[in-house]
This record gives sequence, structure tokens and C-alpha cells, in this order.
Amino acid sequence: MDSMLVDPAWASAAEIARAVNDGTITAARVVEEALATISTRDPVLNAFTAVTDARARARAKELDQKRAQGQSLGPLAGVPFAVKNLFDVAGLPTLAGSKINRELPPATCDAPLIERLEAAGAILIGALNMGEYAYDFTGENIHYGPSRNPHDRTRMTGGSSGGSGGAVAGGLVPIALGSDTNGSIRVPSSLCGIFGLKPTYGRLPRNRSFPFVSSFDHLGPFARSVRDLALAYDAMQGFDPDDPVCSDRAVEPTVQQLEAGSDGLRIAVAAGYFAKGLFPEARIAVDRVAAALHAKADIEIPQAALARSAAYLITTIEGASLHLERVRKRANDFDPAVRDRFIAAAMVPGTLAAKAQKFRRWYRAEVLNLFSGVDAILAPATPCTAPEIGQQTFRLDGIEMPVRANLGVYTQPISFIGLPVVCVPVPLSPLPIGVQIISAPWREDIALRIAYALEKLGVVAAPRPNL
Amino acid sequence: MTRNPLDDFIDAAARALDLPIGETWRPAIAANLRVTLEHAAAVEAFPLPDDAEPGPVFKA
Repeated sequence: MDSMLVDPAWASAAEIARAVNDGTITAARVVEEALATISTRDPVLNAFTAVTDARARARAKELDQKRAQGQSLGPLAGVPFAVKNLFDVAGLPTLAGSKINRELPPATCDAPLIERLEAAGAILIGALNMGEYAYDFTGENIHYGPSRNPHDRTRMTGGSSGGSGGAVAGGLVPIALGSDTNGSIRVPSSLCGIFGLKPTYGRLPRNRSFPFVSSFDHLGPFARSVRDLALAYDAMQGFDPDDPVCSDRAVEPTVQQLEAGSDGLRIAVAAGYFAKGLFPEARIAVDRVAAALHAKADIEIPQAALARSAAYLITTIEGASLHLERVRKRANDFDPAVRDRFIAAAMVPGTLAAKAQKFRRWYRAEVLNLFSGVDAILAPATPCTAPEIGQQTFRLDGIEMPVRANLGVYTQPISFIGLPVVCVPVPLSPLPIGVQIISAPWREDIALRIAYALEKLGVVAAPRPNL
Repeated sequence: MTRNPLDDFIDAAARALDLPIGETWRPAIAANLRVTLEHAAAVEAFPLPDDAEPGPVFKA
């Protein structure tokens, strides 16, 4: 007998998988519930650019048949998920938030991370809005309209994985995938009040996704609980030889580690650069998380401002290099804000980028040294809660700064050297804001354990929007 | 209209690189270039030894 989920728009992936695995609900019913929620809420939130309803229904039918035959379905059985539209989805052009890529032939097969989630029983239900070519921290998009924040539809989701943030925070899907080059998972996690994981650089394969800055590009999951985040992450781990930077490390599952908690871990709070330019709400969020973890020590990440400058420089130059020919031939088909940044970057001498890459190695060595004395570092994720859609500037430490380039001021120095980060949502009122839990390379387990401990304490949680 | 100090550089670079520049785009391009060069100057000023290796190292 097929029943309804108790709360279809807010069920966790773990709850859905349990119900589908034990036969309390069919995968087909879960998909219909998700499609109904999307059809009601997406006209307001603008998170989706494609809903793969026929595919999702066919996949659900297949899963239900497998279960009827007594086959096991996997830890994400029947869990609907959606992906930022820079992931290849068979049958769809890989838009990467652009107008130009609409002309690409449809992808012939899915990105490996989609294949891996589906192998664990999950069901792809659509592709999600994003900032053009991922050069964005706002979630706005001139071609497809802005992703809207479920907690206040006049406000930004953050970007560039804006649709991923809005879809998970708005209850359209329990899990979404995004990419993070300089903060594009952590910024929308923060502004939308959900959990996001940017794994270690090289952990998850990026092949069959549209790139931005190869030196910094990471892919990762969003969810409304730490367990869901870990379930998705575990299902996606593993080497893929088609991504030249993907590590051939063994899979290191994290779900079973969550209960280990944060006791015995040495946790410090990033000082200096990370304590400047904060709006009061960002300070309150870091203080609240630090107090709950008894993290009293401050730690100085050396030359973090220069790390941000170097990341900015490499990003703009590598990005401009990727898009140079499109800028030459299709300038009027770009978002002007993206186009003008690429044109400016194309004029910057390569000598300066080479120096930034050398600084990167110096900085990496310095920061890795810090991890001999601590297991994790806390830092703000964004300087403020979600700005208004269309807002051009904000004041950081009394200086008027462009919103678009500066929402990632605290995330850039971390992804610059590929450290793993879990962004956790502190449910402040009226709007949530995130805190970064940063660990040493390949220690996603530590950041996830700390996030889980905070969630159990009730200090971090994805607040439910009034939709 | 007053010319931005970077305008001559932008014109020359646009010609050399075959980049289209609409007249109305120029202020935003100049503003972006100025910010990028400020970041670059900060990085450039940081002393590193001649044998410093870059971040990504090619492995054959």
C-alpha cells in the first residue's frame, strides 16, 4: 500500500530512502510529490531551468520494480536531487548559466557524480539555475532571471550555485549539487541557510561538467542536514581517470564517523582578516558556533588578504582565457557584468598570474603548518545575510564595495588551496547565515563530525521558510 | 567626457588582442581592470625566492 510522506516538502534524504527501502512509500510517489512541489514553488523561486520529469518517472518505476524483485536499492533509494546546470545531463545542453551554451548539442551522457548518486538509488529530477559561467556570487542571471531566496523572495540566493541553494532551502529537493571555485557552494549555503560541502580539491571528479577555473574548480553537495550531506558525499567519492586532477585515494566513508562528535578535536577561530569587514550577524554566527564548540583559541591565517588577491587574479585570468573566443565573437550574448570582467582580465599580463601561482604554493605550506596545531578552523562564510536582488554595493568596514565580487571575501582564501569546508547554517532571524568549518586536506570527516555535533546541539539548522 | 587613465591602455590592448569594446562598456572594463591590477600589485609586492615553485606542478 503506497502512502504519503508525512511532510513531502521537508523530508530528509535519509527519511525518504528509509521509507522507499522498507516499502512504506514507492519511489514513484516520492517523485510525484517532488514534481508537485516544484510546480507550485518554482515559479516563485526560479531555481530550475529544466525539470526532467519523464526521466525521473521512468527511473522511479525502475526502482520500484527492482524492489518488487527483492533487489537492494541503495542508501539514497528514491531520493530526488537536482544539479546546477553546468553538470552534463544526458539529453540537455550544458548551459552553465549562459545563453550561448543553449546552442551546444545535448549532452550524450550524465556527469559521473550524477551516475554515482543514481547508482546509490537517487533520482535526478532537474537542472538548476546559476550565475553565468559561474563567475558570480549573487545567484542573479540576466538570461534566466534571478534565483530567489526562499526566506525572502526579494533577496539573493547567493551564487553562483543559486538554484541549488534555493531548491534545497525551499524544500523542492533534499539534495542538490553545485560547484565551488571561489565560494559558489558556500555563499549560497550561507545566504539560503542550508548545509554545503566543498570537498578537498581533487576529491570528486569534475569531468563532464562545464569548467570555470581548472586550478580551483570543485564540485559538491547541498542538503538540509549533515547526515544527508554525508550520504550524498559518500556516494560520490572515488577516482575517475577522466579528471586529471582527481585523486586516486580510496573512498573514505564519513556517515559512520558522524557520531564520533567533536570531543577531543582542536578547533580555533580564524582571526585577523576573517574578523574584519563583518556585519554584526556574521560575527554573532561565528561566536555562537565557537561558543558551542568551546573553541576559545584564535588563529591567524597568514597573508589571507593576499591569498584572496591571488585567487581573484588567477580566477579572472583563467576564466578570461577559457572564454576569450566567445567574448570576441559573441560579446553581446554575455551578461554585460561577466563580459566586462573577462575583457578586463584578458588585458592583464600573464607575468602577474604566474606570480600568483607561486604565492599559492607559499601560502599552502604556511596554512598546512597550522594544521599541526589544530584540527579545524572556524570562519565566517559571508560578510552578511542575503542582500536584496539587484543590490550593487554594500559597506564593509566603512568602504563601499561591489556585492558581486565581495560576497566571497572569506571563502576565496580557503578554496585557493583546496581545503575541505562544511558550511553550516546558523538560523538567525530574520535571515540565516553560514559559518565555515575548515579542515586539513582529505579530512572532510572532521568538518562533517563538527557540523553534526553542532546540529545535535541545535546551534545550526536549516530553517524552514514560509512558502 | 573625461578619459580614464587606463583608457589608452584599454584601447591598445583591445586592438592587439582583437577584443570588441563598446563605448558604453568602457567604464566597467576600466573599473574591473583597475581592481584586478590592484590585486596583482599586492601579490607582486610579496617577496618570493627565484626558485619558488608555482601551485600546480605538472607531473609527467
